[in-house]
Amino acid sequence: MKHSTRLISGVGALAVTALALAGCSSGGSSDSTDSADSGDLTPVSLQLQWYSQAQFAGYYAALDQGYYEDEGLDVSILEGAADIVPIDVLTGGDADFAISWVPKVLGSIEQGAAVTDIAQIFERSGTTQISMKDANITSPADLKGKTVGSWGYGNEWELFAGMQKAGVNVGDISLVQQAFDMNGFLAGDIQAAQAMTYNEYAQVLETVNPATGELYTPEELNVINWNDEGTAMLQDAIWADSDRLASDSDYADTAVKFIKASIKGWAYARDNPEEAAKIVTASGSQLGESHQLWMTNEVNKLIWPSENGVGMINQDEWDQTVSIAKGTENETGATIITSDPPETAFSNEYVEKALSELKDEGVDVNGADFKPITVTLKEGGQ
Amino acid sequence: MSERSRAGSSGPRTNQTAKRIAFGVGGVVLLVAIWELYKALGPATGVVVGDLTILPRTTDLAMPHVWDMIGRLFEPTGGGRDAMPVWLAVVQASVFSLGVAAVGWVVGVVVGLLLAILMQRFRTAESAVLPWIILSQTVPLIAIAPLVRRWGSQLEFGDFSWENWMSVAVIASYLAFFPVSIGALRGLNSPDTIHVELFRSYGVGWWKTLFVLRLPASVPYLLPALRLAAANAVIGTVVAEVSIGLRGGIGRMIIEYAQQASGDPAKTWAPIFGAVAVGLVAAGFIALLGVLLRRYRRGEVPA
Repeated sequence: MKHSTRLISGVGALAVTALALAGCSSGGSSDSTDSADSGDLTPVSLQLQWYSQAQFAGYYAALDQGYYEDEGLDVSILEGAADIVPIDVLTGGDADFAISWVPKVLGSIEQGAAVTDIAQIFERSGTTQISMKDANITSPADLKGKTVGSWGYGNEWELFAGMQKAGVNVGDISLVQQAFDMNGFLAGDIQAAQAMTYNEYAQVLETVNPATGELYTPEELNVINWNDEGTAMLQDAIWADSDRLASDSDYADTAVKFIKASIKGWAYARDNPEEAAKIVTASGSQLGESHQLWMTNEVNKLIWPSENGVGMINQDEWDQTVSIAKGTENETGATIITSDPPETAFSNEYVEKALSELKDEGVDVNGADFKPITVTLKEGGQ
Repeated sequence: MSERSRAGSSGPRTNQTAKRIAFGVGGVVLLVAIWELYKALGPATGVVVGDLTILPRTTDLAMPHVWDMIGRLFEPTGGGRDAMPVWLAVVQASVFSLGVAAVGWVVGVVVGLLLAILMQRFRTAESAVLPWIILSQTVPLIAIAPLVRRWGSQLEFGDFSWENWMSVAVIASYLAFFPVSIGALRGLNSPDTIHVELFRSYGVGWWKTLFVLRLPASVPYLLPALRLAAANAVIGTVVAEVSIGLRGGIGRMIIEYAQQASGDPAKTWAPIFGAVAVGLVAAGFIALLGVLLRRYRRGEVPA
């Protein structure tokens, strides 16, 4: 009796929910991008780490310029959010590919996620630690005794590695949890704040300095760049499901096509930064116009020039990332990983195929003579 | 709340309404005055006791002027060539969130009512289900939001495919059903024994007793529960929007604008006003519902 009534009520509640939602299903807006109707295209979904913004300009450009379609792919781009872990979405089978930072994924791999880095799009790290000139923090050693900001959640490792290299323990600084904005830094609560070259650094430069009445300038800031300190870790990479790569040859082919079209998109963003920024804005990004262009340009700098071709995973950079992940302790004494990742953690097989096809088509995949543009930021990034 | 007048008595009523509006406006004006007064007179570094900041800084970054916040509403969002004014973007996002919250509220109310009726009907159901209902509210929202999204995305039957906004609505309903089920259960059990026994002695069936006696009697308990459910649905919607990044709603807009808080501090407040407006509209809707059900509102009790 008890069981049957509970069951009935459960089924009833479910039915009501489904009905109510079905009744309204026409009103919602889908966050996947318009897809072509053609039935011949292979549907592919890409999970990003965050909302649409120029950090992902290459993928949006490839979609907008029809590069994915040229390869026979119908790509939908899924935006990330505060509680969405791209690798979980990938291993859960809800996306075919995902964009994520290498150190974050290394931890997931050690915990059993079977994923492979199939293209290392960003060759350089965009993470820096910035401070006001008068704080006189020019090297990691100067961080000792200072209030240092970090977002945490896996964004702190380059900082900790740089400090460890300079002989500064995590206990020697006072670590402050940093928010989305740079207000803590601008108010002086944080002396050295974490900043991505393509985002938070620009946020500071878009803010009026109350002392001068003008926007902050790069001359007023000191920047510790982890690429220069030798503790940079690999960031945005395209990840694929290792098991599917091994067992499903169609998926492996799709991976090559996807990488190829994506790199073409990044080449477009390199050659047409203004248009690429507009494409991203048109995709629904809320960032201001000058901020978006700044981000496009700075992301280009992380990719281009690329010695071995975009997407190639360079063994020495990979090894540096892994060794930092193994040897750097955070405030609780933990490391990202305790042993080397499996062989399947990265593979150049697919990106090599994609690059050779692109070279045959005459696409410049090295960008040896890449010159960044000059972007003037306006107040509030407008 | 004191006993309301049943009906009529229109003379002092309009006077009372005017007074209420005056109080409402006065409250907002007072809030603005306190904000600006503290901003003008408070220390720029805030009030700090030990290491703990107990009152905020008064800089333009931390506390923009009220007129700057309002002025910002009429400037473009800054999102490219066809940028709309901020107020319009906020209104659009608010309407979207309100719609999702409304769906969540309806689903939550239906589920909550059904559960309450079930628990009223079967004592065993009450002891079996009630602990689970209470337990359900201890699960943190941020833990279930991504899960609901992923389960939902695997649902597909026929032409129906799950969309992300439905996950948000489900989470809103998850918060909304709780006060309804608890409030309605109390309400359904509220008729005096003597009335219930009267029905029984006339041989009235359970369903008729439910519709004629129990449901009308539950209204004074139900209305505060519905109000709580509306507030919960709005909060659930905004939080779930942040959590899964649903595009179009006020929750995501709060995050997007918060990321620009340093260079454009006044803009950050626009979606917060929007969220307040959504809450007010939801509360207003329940008040309207209360007017429609005023026949049954005898001796309303707080939930």
